[in-house]
Amino acid sequence: MPPHERLVTSVVPESFATAFRLIVHADPALVRTVALSLAVSGSACLCAAAFGLASGAWLAVARFPGQRVVLLALDTLLALPSVVAGLAVYLLLSRSGPLGSWGILFTPAAMVIAQTILVLPVVTALSRQVVADALRDGGDQLRSMGAGAAASAALMLLHERWAVATLMLIAFGRAIAEVGAVMIVGGNIDGVTRVMTTTIALETSKGDLPLALALGIVLLLVIALLNVGIALFRRGNGPLAIELR
Amino acid sequence: MSALPSSTLIALSDASVAYGAVQAVRNATMRVAKGEFIAIVGANGSGKTSLLRLLHGVVAHTGSREVPRPSGVQAMVFQRPFLLRLSVWNNIRIALWLAQRDTATALRDERAEQALGRVGLAALRHRPARSLSGGEQQRLALARGWAVRPDILFLDEPTASLDPSAKKDVEALLADFAADGMTLVMSTHNLGQAKRLASRVVYMDEGRIDIDLPTADFFGSATPGRAGLFLKGELSWSIEV
Repeated sequence: MPPHERLVTSVVPESFATAFRLIVHADPALVRTVALSLAVSGSACLCAAAFGLASGAWLAVARFPGQRVVLLALDTLLALPSVVAGLAVYLLLSRSGPLGSWGILFTPAAMVIAQTILVLPVVTALSRQVVADALRDGGDQLRSMGAGAAASAALMLLHERWAVATLMLIAFGRAIAEVGAVMIVGGNIDGVTRVMTTTIALETSKGDLPLALALGIVLLLVIALLNVGIALFRRGNGPLAIELR
Repeated sequence: MSALPSSTLIALSDASVAYGAVQAVRNATMRVAKGEFIAIVGANGSGKTSLLRLLHGVVAHTGSREVPRPSGVQAMVFQRPFLLRLSVWNNIRIALWLAQRDTATALRDERAEQALGRVGLAALRHRPARSLSGGEQQRLALARGWAVRPDILFLDEPTASLDPSAKKDVEALLADFAADGMTLVMSTHNLGQAKRLASRVVYMDEGRIDIDLPTADFFGSATPGRAGLFLKGELSWSIEV
């Protein structure tokens, strides 16, 4: 039997069966890898939210010379390749780099920094757009009520909280699905910095398909859950659409 | 400049507003005195809303706009009120917080209660503001304006998009506010409404204040010029460009 036929008829079904067994029995290596992925990407999104939402809202209300250039740069960074983000953080954190004394290269902290840099433009650009659109609709009313720029920006983030939640889910999806940045700054060290995407890449290259497939399935499930979350947020009247009282 | 009468809340002198090449208000000179209910009428595009925004001070202008008591609060109710995606209660509280940050929270809450009671929305306080009907949303906007105890309440065609019943409710509230001594400046297309509610009518024509008369005189038989034609329905509702 030619190798490609054996792959389809035998290896893939066996790998799927093994993958499901790993998931159902909560294989410790699988759980550890998934937990680290969620922790790293979740932390990166929290950091990006702290800086990105504030700076995005500020960019929506601020007027300053060179603003168009800043916005153009921000839009360009939306497509920042993950390997470039990883390389930049690697250069910063490597022993001879400006932040080499921190000694955090090849640790989860370095991975969080790299993913934060990767998703920060997404959070900033999208939140700027959300707030700017909202201000077109209600900016005059808020100004009339005495709201200054900062209060208007903060109120519009609150007003558009479902859109903000959606953009954070999009950012999380980008973070958890990327492989280049975490591979470069994490080093893919087993039990320390190995996350879902880097494990899939490694195990596939070794020909060990079951674990790669199991992680692939989990990754797809996580992304599917994110999509369900986005759909619920967008509906705005679903179970997550509680009204602030 | 001559001293303004003590009842003056806002005085415009030769004030103009332009949006790019479009001159929306040309050389407006008028005074708003305490306790007045002024209706600004005119065709579409005549500059009613721009004059309202000029008086409110939320638009860039040339000429003079004097506010003898700058610390006084002003509020504006828009034709399509912008309500935050929050509860009815929180929309009022945020308006009060923005206008009266130095006031104690308990007092602000008390005023919010009073405002909702005043417009008959107390029972809907926990409802999402955007789930209210058009008439209820406009009443909430009025409550939000009234709650901050403004020196002047500006109203931009407040009943334009409402059904007759909601229109009647809003008119009744405006009449109440006026009876309490609140100063109101309203732009409207509805001449009947201007006649019923206002103490003074300002007629705008192509960005200029063409006529500024007490209501009885404006609706009298001798209204001159284009305003007279407008009253007879012989002038287009929109300015031809």
